[in-house]
Amino acid sequence: MPEEKSAIEICDVTKLFGDAFKALDGVSLSIRKNEFFTLLGPSGCGKTTLLRLIAGFEYPTAGTIQLHGKDIATLPPYQRPINTVFQNYALFPHMTASQNIGFGLEMLGRPKAEIAARVDEMLRLVRMEGLRHRRTTELSGGQQQRVALARALAPTPKVLLLDEPLSALDYKLRKEMQIELKRLQLETGITFIFVTHDQEEALTMSDRIAVLSGGRVLQVGNPREIYDCPGDRFVADFIGEANFLSGEIIVATKDRAQVRLASGADILARLPDTAPQQGKVTIIVRPEHAEVHADGRPSPLSGTLESIVYFGTDTHLHVRLAHGDRFVVRRQNSPLQDAALVAGATVGVAFDLAAAQILRN
Amino acid sequence: MANAAEIATAAARADVRNRWWLAAPALAIVLLAAIGPLVVVVLYSFMVKGDYGDVKYWQFSLDGWFSVIFERDVFDDTLKLADAHLTILWRSVKLSVITTLVTLLLGFPVAYFIATCDRRWRDFWLFMITLPFWTNLLIRTFAIQEVFRNEGVLNSALLWLGAIKRPLQIMFTDLGILLGMAYVYLPLMVLPLYASLERFDFRFAEAAADLYASNFKVLRRIIIPMVRPGIIAGSILVFIPSLGAYVTPRLLGGGRSLMLGNLIELQFGQGRNWPLGSALSITLTGGVMLALLVYVRAASKSGSGHHG
Repeated sequence: MPEEKSAIEICDVTKLFGDAFKALDGVSLSIRKNEFFTLLGPSGCGKTTLLRLIAGFEYPTAGTIQLHGKDIATLPPYQRPINTVFQNYALFPHMTASQNIGFGLEMLGRPKAEIAARVDEMLRLVRMEGLRHRRTTELSGGQQQRVALARALAPTPKVLLLDEPLSALDYKLRKEMQIELKRLQLETGITFIFVTHDQEEALTMSDRIAVLSGGRVLQVGNPREIYDCPGDRFVADFIGEANFLSGEIIVATKDRAQVRLASGADILARLPDTAPQQGKVTIIVRPEHAEVHADGRPSPLSGTLESIVYFGTDTHLHVRLAHGDRFVVRRQNSPLQDAALVAGATVGVAFDLAAAQILRN
Repeated sequence: MANAAEIATAAARADVRNRWWLAAPALAIVLLAAIGPLVVVVLYSFMVKGDYGDVKYWQFSLDGWFSVIFERDVFDDTLKLADAHLTILWRSVKLSVITTLVTLLLGFPVAYFIATCDRRWRDFWLFMITLPFWTNLLIRTFAIQEVFRNEGVLNSALLWLGAIKRPLQIMFTDLGILLGMAYVYLPLMVLPLYASLERFDFRFAEAAADLYASNFKVLRRIIIPMVRPGIIAGSILVFIPSLGAYVTPRLLGGGRSLMLGNLIELQFGQGRNWPLGSALSITLTGGVMLALLVYVRAASKSGSGHHG
């Protein structure tokens, strides 16, 4: 049965604020059980609105939202077995850490002994046993984050919503919490829906990612698919870095095409079904999939090496192509670096068929 | 030649001196206007009453304080409790407590409404709440009389509608005073409640609803505990003037339902017993301070220990 597999089924959801502003525009998504699903997009793309619709803080203007096969779109938040970790945590300042964690179960009318046992279990799960009697205002950002997680997980929701929960933490703590979140998701087996604008966070943690922009879902897929085969220019640009080349298809076969670039060179590129099969197209090449050489061997692109930027693990080579576009190549650093490349040199840029992909217009 | 340290010390000393000079006018006003009259009242309460009002200066007597609680029988000079005073004291406390509760019950939804309505409308509603202050209290109280009296607006309307057969006696009753005071002091409750609710982050309410709290539970467990300072401030602002209210009970209670304020006024007027009036005033002030102490203690304690 198909319903068995999906935790949340969002069907053609539209949300209007006032008469004019369309926060969501015909969004359909199917989120599987036990999945770490990420809604990724720039601010204002509608990802937080979608989360608030699932939580019940807002109601859709049109469309349905199903939880395990049951329509929940019109239920108030306190009748949905869904809990939220808020961006600012929203821990109740007049209660201790334990009281915060037990609040959901208390509201569900569970017996005191059960609540106490569950709170202990949650404190252990998030490694906060020692701080149960602390007021939440006396906790550090990372500790507050853990209490917020424990509070949302304590009632064992069917789905856990996370609204940019790591954005208030510093870099190191954020890295730590990313691993922590993934561990919690695997240990509890609860479906996580995670909202972020941080593409790196999305790539490292998610089972699947939905990229949103302008209230629409642009692409859904696992991190590899999203990164390696972006559907269109927005997705390619938003996730990772990308070089874009324009050209015209000369010959197209089933999954590849010969494209004549603006520079006049012909290259082979992958041709997905969704991309145009003829005419003018845009091609994406990731910086780490291309090479720069200065030995004069024939290459599809050539230009001047403008600058060399050292990043520690790798080096970025900025090439000004012959017809004016910029092309960035990322090269992994090694102790044995050839010193042949200097700024101002005339270089060739090469990449193989797998690295170049034609985008949807 | 003075060294640097000496210069610095002298400068600091001059600085302290200047600060005292600058604060002096305000301090003088506080001392003269707040503490001075209080001292006079305390002194008067221990003097012998004059025959036509005033006091006989520097003649010590405890009669004033004595008659707060006791009175001598006119005929046989025996001591008994001053029933009238105790009745009035009890009525004052009772009406003030009820007024505070009524304004809290009425004021909370109003403050909540204003704090949560569209930002553009907030100033308008706040203006409407404070509008009554633009009119003299006396005139407003006469207006209330016009509403409540037997041939007044309210009774006429109810009679016309057939809801009642004879006019409701509201004027010159405790209910009349209560309604009047609730009307007069409602803004004093709404404003601090609004200030607290306006600062309340409604994401806490969302978080509670997300954790299965019904609307009522969100109110009781999250909003009320977090706006407690506003509730305390509003209660104090209503309770204190209620206890010493004068104009409202005078006009709406007539001569029949006196409150402490009227009793005190009576001693300085027709009663010609200034020491008793002074003693009653001090009793009122002390009572208010005691009540506040107990209330604030209890309110803030239940705030922190509620779930512990």
